[in-house]
Amino acid sequence: MGGRTAEIKVTAERDHIEYYLSLSKQIRRKILDMIYETKSPHIGPSFSAVEILVTLYYKVLSIDPSNPTRFDRDRFILSKGHACPALYAVLGERGFLSDGEIERFAINDGLLEQHPTRNVKRGIEVSTGSLGHGLSIGAGMALAAKQDGHAGRVFVLLGDGELNEGAVWEAGMFAAHHRLHNLTAIVDYNKIQALGRIQDIIGLEPLTSKWTSFGWSAQEVDGHDYDSLFSACEGLPFSADRPSIIIAHTIKGKGVPFMEDKLLWHYRCPDELEYQQASRELSD
Amino acid sequence: MRQAFFDTLESAAEIHRNIYLLSADLGFKLFDSFRSKYPERFYDVGIAEANMIGVAAGLALSGKNVYCYSMAPFLVMRAYEQVRVDIAYHDLNVKLVSVGGGLSYALEGFTHLGLEDLALMRSLPNMTVVAPADAWEARCLAQASCIHQGPLYVRLGKSGDPMVHTSKPDFHIGWPIIVNEGSDLAIIATGSMVYPGTKVVEMLRRGNISATLVSMHTVKPLNSEVLLDLARRHDAMFSLEEHNLGGGLGSAIAELLAETGYRGLFKRIGIPEPLPARMGDTKHLCEVNGLSPEEILNTILARLKESA
Repeated sequence: MGGRTAEIKVTAERDHIEYYLSLSKQIRRKILDMIYETKSPHIGPSFSAVEILVTLYYKVLSIDPSNPTRFDRDRFILSKGHACPALYAVLGERGFLSDGEIERFAINDGLLEQHPTRNVKRGIEVSTGSLGHGLSIGAGMALAAKQDGHAGRVFVLLGDGELNEGAVWEAGMFAAHHRLHNLTAIVDYNKIQALGRIQDIIGLEPLTSKWTSFGWSAQEVDGHDYDSLFSACEGLPFSADRPSIIIAHTIKGKGVPFMEDKLLWHYRCPDELEYQQASRELSD
Repeated sequence: MRQAFFDTLESAAEIHRNIYLLSADLGFKLFDSFRSKYPERFYDVGIAEANMIGVAAGLALSGKNVYCYSMAPFLVMRAYEQVRVDIAYHDLNVKLVSVGGGLSYALEGFTHLGLEDLALMRSLPNMTVVAPADAWEARCLAQASCIHQGPLYVRLGKSGDPMVHTSKPDFHIGWPIIVNEGSDLAIIATGSMVYPGTKVVEMLRRGNISATLVSMHTVKPLNSEVLLDLARRHDAMFSLEEHNLGGGLGSAIAELLAETGYRGLFKRIGIPEPLPARMGDTKHLCEVNGLSPEEILNTILARLKESA
């Protein structure tokens, strides 16, 4: 793997939005390569989460690849574990995973499975893949940080379909009751779950008021717009004594027009022609 | 037994400052003292077992030694997948302490029975499974659990269970306790069945049959060294548990004996399927399920007679 697509050089400065737009394309190309080479699923839900992950890993999380186990680090849990190609690509860019390690995605005797396994030194805090677990674990971590009096915050990325799981709402009640202001959930609200559209399966609306009625402070953002994401995250926590949730409106398959908003790309791995077309869409 | 476990844990929590205790809204009065001494380390998470296990995992991933409490069927089965992934796969310092294993809450009906917990917990990676026989073993286990690394499932009876040991036993997780040394047959019992086992041993003795009785408190990892030594010294072995016949202690021992070529008699004694369509208290349901001392004796004698 690797080398199939030409490396895009990100030349803009990190304080310019162009830097992040270019970085998003680079990360999507890496995801595309990983998935194409290994015939893996989940390109759509990986693409929908790219800007959210870049925002967290470049603008929000207090983490250090040279000291990944620092006790008061911020912690990120990819509760929608199936989007891990996006996580691996971002961890690669941030120096937690080497290219060689990323090449060991989804192969026999490899390193990185199609759902993540905990490996803190490589930036993976929790094993996920079964939906509905991450928010409870994040609440436990946030509670521990609060008790221990350190500044570490916890961020949990949830899928929208994942909100069907009752345990998410158990965790929601728990976090609000214990006023875990250091816990932030983000919903990757791409409107499509495993067998169809959210609104046709288990409708979530009114989603924001559901969470606020559970005692959370909520904001809705365009989950592909860096200005919106940066600005929302700068305002965290949204209130001093509540957990925060960002409802990020996204598009499944974002970045490659023929994949966008299509259930098929939850599962399908691109064939060679599709791969080439997608690569062109993602070139600078 | 339950009270003994948590009294000991409460004392230990004074030294082990990383001990946290979570309850899924059960244990009326049981935790009052712990809660008043360590309010920052006790959480009633509400009637939400799945969330309790996830929160425990998050605490343990942050360096805490976390105890989770509920009744066996809810702790084990309602949250089983969380236990499997969040606790067992991560190999975390979370102790799952259940009450009501077996037929303890018989009159409350099938929903409140814990008939499958040993089998389910035994099949999980990294999980240690222990069912103490009495309050002495429970105290020792509580102490040992504070320094035990990794996931641990503890199956407790209710308070007021009869005592097996008259003094503090030499208790180590993973190491069975020989309660009585005999020569004709061995009864390998776990948890609440060790005490009825002592009665069976007495009745056998009156019939001139010398029986060894073992408290096999640790069901996983199974101590093959002690079991194979018992197998060498006894021509007949019986497992005894307040649990479904499938998958628990008896199954574990059967696997070992079959794979190591045991030529003697072996029989599992536990709760047969289907459950008799009867209701009653623990004593009554033990009787109708063949787990009273008299019924256990009858089963053993019948098996010995069959093979004579």
